[in-house]
Amino acid sequence: MELILFLIIGLTVIGAGMMVILTKNPVTSALYLTLAFFGLAALYVLLGAPFIAALQVMVYAGAIMVLFLFIVMLLNLRDKQTWELTTGMRRALGLVVAAGILLVALAAMKGLVSPPAPLDTDMGSPAAVGLALYRRFLLPFEVASVLLLIAIIGVVAMLKQKSPEQAPEGGGTDGRT
Amino acid sequence: MTFTPEIINLIISVGFALSVVAFVAVFVLIAIWLERKISAHMQDRLGPMETGGWHGWLQTIADALKLLLKEDIIPQAADRPLFKLAPFIVFTGTMASFAVIPFGAHLIGSDLNIGVYYLVAVSSLVVIGILMAGWSSNNKWALYGAMRSAAQMVSYEIPIGLSLLVPIMLIGSMSMETLTNAQAGGFWKWTLFSHPPFAIIAFIIYFWASLAETNRTPFDIPEAESELVAGYHVEYSAMRFAMFFLSEYANMFVVSSVATALFLGGWYAPFRFLDVPIEVGVIWHNLAGLAWFSLKAILLVCIQMWLRWTLPRLRVDQLMHICWKIFLPFSFANVLLVSLWIVLK
Repeated sequence: MELILFLIIGLTVIGAGMMVILTKNPVTSALYLTLAFFGLAALYVLLGAPFIAALQVMVYAGAIMVLFLFIVMLLNLRDKQTWELTTGMRRALGLVVAAGILLVALAAMKGLVSPPAPLDTDMGSPAAVGLALYRRFLLPFEVASVLLLIAIIGVVAMLKQKSPEQAPEGGGTDGRT
Repeated sequence: MTFTPEIINLIISVGFALSVVAFVAVFVLIAIWLERKISAHMQDRLGPMETGGWHGWLQTIADALKLLLKEDIIPQAADRPLFKLAPFIVFTGTMASFAVIPFGAHLIGSDLNIGVYYLVAVSSLVVIGILMAGWSSNNKWALYGAMRSAAQMVSYEIPIGLSLLVPIMLIGSMSMETLTNAQAGGFWKWTLFSHPPFAIIAFIIYFWASLAETNRTPFDIPEAESELVAGYHVEYSAMRFAMFFLSEYANMFVVSSVATALFLGGWYAPFRFLDVPIEVGVIWHNLAGLAWFSLKAILLVCIQMWLRWTLPRLRVDQLMHICWKIFLPFSFANVLLVSLWIVLK
């Protein structure tokens, strides 16, 4: 039963991942990425970590994908502007990135030759995740939060910093800001 | 074929899921009729009176039949697969929430230990469905509506999450069943009344923010008729439109039942002697629970309707102002004070 579910979900994730790069339309591509994230969440449930699955859905499928879709839709990349991979420069760049990802994947797979250590049954519970974040990984956790805070403040500062010649251009139609 | 426990479990789960769908369908039919009657009486009208005889009680059933039989129009310039899929994604996101709602002592789809968190997570599916609908319609009003809706729902998710954190912290669990059971024995034990300042602030913020989450007035700018025609579902017709409508009303029930389970004692009666004890019979115990739960949730739904027909719609900037400058600081302060109180206690 678990194996069948794993196969179905795994194939869905791989298929969705393939479709992300194979479809020409950026919105469809982003939606396939969402499907892949949901599949990953289902895999976490199979591994007995529903909390991490919910985190995956909320953070990636919920927040990050909505932002992606927002930006793609606002850029208004309709049928005309599909991604073209014609220039040699882009191809070379793609090759380098792909080789790098392959290396990382191979390094990760090397660890799979020996049977993996048995999982802690409590691995994915909210308490275990919380304790791991606030004890073992406290410093990286706090550093990440400070980084996000800096990003937020940076965005606000950049938006506030309007040069005088730029100001009238934005406030067009009806004087509302 | 032998009935292994696994298969029996599966049958029970499917049966439960089907009965929830039936319950939601009936609830939505009644709620739409109720909304039309409430709005009519608030505006000194009668509302639907003809269909079915008594106060037009058959009106929504007739409307639903009409929607089922109407032609499903898909605009030529629409992105067909996405356009067709979107209403079902929204509906799935809404219905998925019902899995963890505790209707009665044993009437819960799945008592996840992360119940409340699961609820917040699956509601993100609705946002994706709405964005899909708005974008694939290839219509500027639909796209504006979808953008507004997504921005609004993503923003208001934060005060909702933070205010739901308050009962979770006070009781110390995320499981809906544990959260309900901690409120047993009279209305003064309900979270709302047992921890006065914090829980009341959290409840008020949750209730208002949930109006935005369900795109209801005064936060219904995604479908503002006067500027956007109908928002993200402007191009939809027939059954696909009905799916959006169904989701909206089902979502009203979901947010009300979350408020009921977390703040208003769930399926417990306001006084202990009104509860049917489990010794009388498991079925009666659960039915009484279901009745109390539905009563409280429907009362909250009625308050939502009352607000809708009383308050005018906000502007986009006012909406964001309320979320980021009023609800958010208050929720953060509330969470901090609750943690402090728990540490000092």
